[in-house]
Amino acid sequence: MNLTLQDVEKIAALARLELSQDEKETYLEQLSAILEYAARLNLLDTEEVPPTTSAVTLQNVMREDVVEPSLSVEDVLFNAPESFQSQFLIQAVLDAD
Amino acid sequence: MDLTLLTLTELREALRRGETSSVEATQAMLDRIVATDNRVKSYLTVADELALDQARSADERRARGEETTVLGVPVAVKDIICTKGLETTAGSKILEGFIPPYDAFVVEKLREAGAVILGKTNTDEFAMGSSTENSAYFTTSNPWNLTRVPGGSSGGSAAAVAGRMAYAALGTDTGGSVRQPASFCNLVGLRPTYGRMSRWGVIAFASSLDQVGTFGRTVADCVALFQATTGYDRRDSTSLNEPVPDFESALVGDIHGLRVGVPREYFIDGMQPEVEQAVRTAIDKLADLGAEIQEITLPHTRYALPVYYLIAPAEASANLARYDGVRYGPRVRGEDLLQTYRQTRALFGPEVKRRIMLGTYALSAGYYDAYYGRALKVRTLIKNDFLAAFEQVDIIAAPTSPTTAFAIGERTADPLSMYLADTFTLPVNLAATCGLSLPCGFDNQGLPIGLQLIGNTLQESKILNAAFAYEQATEWHKRLAACE
Repeated sequence: MNLTLQDVEKIAALARLELSQDEKETYLEQLSAILEYAARLNLLDTEEVPPTTSAVTLQNVMREDVVEPSLSVEDVLFNAPESFQSQFLIQAVLDAD
Repeated sequence: MDLTLLTLTELREALRRGETSSVEATQAMLDRIVATDNRVKSYLTVADELALDQARSADERRARGEETTVLGVPVAVKDIICTKGLETTAGSKILEGFIPPYDAFVVEKLREAGAVILGKTNTDEFAMGSSTENSAYFTTSNPWNLTRVPGGSSGGSAAAVAGRMAYAALGTDTGGSVRQPASFCNLVGLRPTYGRMSRWGVIAFASSLDQVGTFGRTVADCVALFQATTGYDRRDSTSLNEPVPDFESALVGDIHGLRVGVPREYFIDGMQPEVEQAVRTAIDKLADLGAEIQEITLPHTRYALPVYYLIAPAEASANLARYDGVRYGPRVRGEDLLQTYRQTRALFGPEVKRRIMLGTYALSAGYYDAYYGRALKVRTLIKNDFLAAFEQVDIIAAPTSPTTAFAIGERTADPLSMYLADTFTLPVNLAATCGLSLPCGFDNQGLPIGLQLIGNTLQESKILNAAFAYEQATEWHKRLAACE
């Protein structure tokens, strides 16, 4: 597999990162080197091996669906760049039409 | 008495006997920070007034007859752990000015135990790094030689303790970020089993690998802080719901009959000869103390690095998606929401962006199975290596890092060369075992060398006791860094 500049642009778009031309070229080089190093995993036969997704064997840790004290609205909005009443204020997500 | 020369354990004794107070010890630490930290640069934030208030309150509690493992002891907290009312940046510009509205569980525990929080220490941005050079604020120096790195990502915490600007400190270890700085700074650094330390309030990097760890100048110091901060937290669904053992009482120092495995894959070409020498000598010492040494094999060791550098960035790409300028941190306003996201996220440093990109790619459609999926399977093979080894041995002894502290700027141009610093520590996180590093010598430049002890899942007592036995028979931990 060969990473291309287009791939780098596509990944950056998915990750909501804005990169300069220089950055794109540097990352292309560095990511290619890392991915090539990672390709050594292909030397192993993992056909019958189950994946380990979690460090623990716990499953479905639950609690009762009861409301408990949490943060006050003031606390929640304390670090907000912009807020309005009890809401975070941001630019439109959807177009008006 | 120069309070900054005392270990945490010695301070505790002095407090208990009424020879000093928490206020005096805190002031001594604050004075030393003023005198020394302009050279070492371990702290991002020093909370003088708050610390002295906590010290006064601890002295009052002591006067009322209270006692805990860290009552009145001044400690430092890595800036990736949320402290209510005290700026927490994760070493990043994207959280500049962020004041958490709550304490992390481990910080709540510190307050309950009456510890004094001196301030927040420097870290590689979002805990991504092995030298603390990726901090968006400044680089921390190694107190043993200021031109060298203290290790990372918990380099600030390690430097603060090694520089005697805190009696102990909290760090986090996702791929070695407590053990490796401990080895570079002549400290004991413990990375407990996943689940021992709640991740609630710990800014997430890789959720299946992150774990809070503790630094101390001695094993007992490291354990005192660990004992105070470990425990079940229902707000972290990966938190271990079991009674907490008394780890302090496990430090008996007798290791007769302890079976110690030495993995051949951890002694590789390209590692610094003095490191190999010191570690092998330390293993001989364990044998002198009655341990039974045997060579073992962990055949998939060489795959740990590529596995880690697929899994950790993949998890990070998801965890760092929340930094978008909407709810906290700076907002760089663009012409529309998408531009605002992009311009705000331009505040991430290069290593963070690199890992987000790597992770995004590994998880993207068409590549998920080939990269992330495969890495998860090899993770199982690595875990199985350890399970098999622990049928033969009680603990594993190995180097912590292939080299001693490298020079500031030496590895920043080549990311892969930086990643190699964690080659011996990564497997522990992947396999959900526990590990620690402790001092076992110095190279001919006077730089510390660390011995790593690895225990099976939840077997911290075994490695702590072995570390204690070794420490009692040696003097490495008594040397003090010159901060020059």
